[in-house]
Amino acid sequence: MQPAIHDAATLRQQQLRRIIRSHKRRDIAFGVLGLLAMMVGVLTLAALFTGMAIDGIPRLSGDFFTSFPSRRAGQAGILSAWVGSILVMGVTALFAVPVGVAGAVYLEEYAQKNWFTDVIEINITNLAGVPSIVYGLLALGMFVYTFGLGQSILTAGLTLGLLILPIVIVTTRESLRAIPQQVREGAYACGATRWQVVHDHLLPYGTPGILTGVIIALSRAIGETAPIITIGALTFIAFLPPLPFSGDPPAGVFDWLFSPFTVMPIQIFNWTSRPDPAFQQNAAAASFVLIFMTLGMNALAIWLRYRLRKNIKW
Amino acid sequence: MTAVAIPARDAMISEPTLGAAKLAEYARLKHRRKIRERLIKAALLLAACVSVLTTLGIVYILLKESLDFFSHVPLWDFLTDRQWTPLFDDAHFGIMVLLSGTISSSLVALLIALPLGTTIAIYLCEFAGHKTREVMKPLLELLSGVPTIIYGYFALLFVTPMIQKIYPALPGFNVLSAGIVMGIMIIPYVSSLAEDAMRAVPMSLREGSYALGATRYQTAVRVVVPAALSGIAAAYILGISRAVGETMILAVAAGMQPNLTLNPLEPAATVTSYIVQVALGDLPHGSVGYQTIFAAGLMLMLLTLFFNLVGYWMRRQFREAY
Repeated sequence: MQPAIHDAATLRQQQLRRIIRSHKRRDIAFGVLGLLAMMVGVLTLAALFTGMAIDGIPRLSGDFFTSFPSRRAGQAGILSAWVGSILVMGVTALFAVPVGVAGAVYLEEYAQKNWFTDVIEINITNLAGVPSIVYGLLALGMFVYTFGLGQSILTAGLTLGLLILPIVIVTTRESLRAIPQQVREGAYACGATRWQVVHDHLLPYGTPGILTGVIIALSRAIGETAPIITIGALTFIAFLPPLPFSGDPPAGVFDWLFSPFTVMPIQIFNWTSRPDPAFQQNAAAASFVLIFMTLGMNALAIWLRYRLRKNIKW
Repeated sequence: MTAVAIPARDAMISEPTLGAAKLAEYARLKHRRKIRERLIKAALLLAACVSVLTTLGIVYILLKESLDFFSHVPLWDFLTDRQWTPLFDDAHFGIMVLLSGTISSSLVALLIALPLGTTIAIYLCEFAGHKTREVMKPLLELLSGVPTIIYGYFALLFVTPMIQKIYPALPGFNVLSAGIVMGIMIIPYVSSLAEDAMRAVPMSLREGSYALGATRYQTAVRVVVPAALSGIAAAYILGISRAVGETMILAVAAGMQPNLTLNPLEPAATVTSYIVQVALGDLPHGSVGYQTIFAAGLMLMLLTLFFNLVGYWMRRQFREAY
């Protein structure tokens, strides 16, 4: 009898061991699977980058940055595109940063809890999910035809400004919320008004966080193509808009806002859609510049966030 | 106390002021300050309202132009016609054709993004060490930072030729490679939201599971994922609405020819890429062709709204309270 029980016990033990082993194997297998899944993303990024570099870098020269687009691929450049991108980004930032930060300050520091505040909050969440091309349609119907702003730098800047507004608002609110309550209470105890608290304390402390959000938002805006195509921006622009503030004052100062323009992503789209491989090389070179700009901005934001987390201890 | 002390000090510097006048001066200052505060509050409220105005503007423009459109084209034809040729003499407006492109490209993208995104989320949350997470998370987020036009270029000139090596019959423009690249772009949206949801699951649940001898894999799949289901569902919904609204990758790599098919090996136009195609030409303002893009946009908005509502409902349905 005794050995039989003993055998049964060892058998059971062996079975358990086997089960545990198989569970552990599955555990490790999933770990490997997770790593592989991440590798898909990372390798795509790497392939994208190297592919772009191999095709594009030979075309990158000083001339590429200082020439206008041309019918001959070898002489074409991105001068009007990068100048247009910078001007549009300027308008976008000038619109989205003050409006977004002010809206966030209202929601975070002023708003009472009532149905209207709820409407604004739900609305911002929903706007963040609206496809970017719908903003293009809004701009086409509103800015271009209803307000008569035309297919101008101003229209594009405002469109992208509306597009990134939810991002600016959300990140500003987050960075305001991260400021401890004592800061507010201390200021109020000294007799400060609400605006004084916001202006003298909360905004300065929140600036790094807000800046991070703004940079990420702008890096998204600079790569946006669909809304700008939708408002009907021309794809072939072989001249520069007048320099900001160069016209005769007072009317000419804002000439540049109403000038036709092109931006980097549109230039890339234009070159990509031509069958000639020489133009596609141009597209690769321009993509390389654009990707460098956006990833550079993203990296800057990540670095800022990292610095921020390390330095501030409330 | 102060009301007495301040006039006394002022009396030493300047000519003597009556206490009552000084008090009136302070009251005036206080009043001015109050007014200024109120003005600032109004300005801030106005800024907050810009987002509401944006939504109203979108709804107004889409409805206005679409109503014009539907006065020319019956709604029934719009929903049931099997051809989409709005710019031809023999015009047909069957939105089904564009929707089929949107559906097949989104399906391809989601088949990539949802499994990979979930796996990555589980890995980062339950398996990876602190250091791996700190490096990998931002790196993956860069994926969603790359401009979509560049993804389009990548799909057209890198992915399609690569697939053509395996399957030579694939046309140069096709939904498959656009969908694959789109899926990879969406991964970080899904993974980071899903990971946030899993991170919010209380530690005690995991500890209970580990105490019973479960492996990390068992804990993740049987405890953490079910507990975070509502958040993971929200992540999926976000992924879906990204896929439906994606424009440039499809406009560049999927061709822009309307094609009533769900086969991803063929070229097709989607709701979004059709809008781009029309915007590239110059259609006169107010023509039916011009209005079609707003009808298409309305369709797109309704789709995203639908997914948002489903997401909202799912969050409520599967919410686990701790």
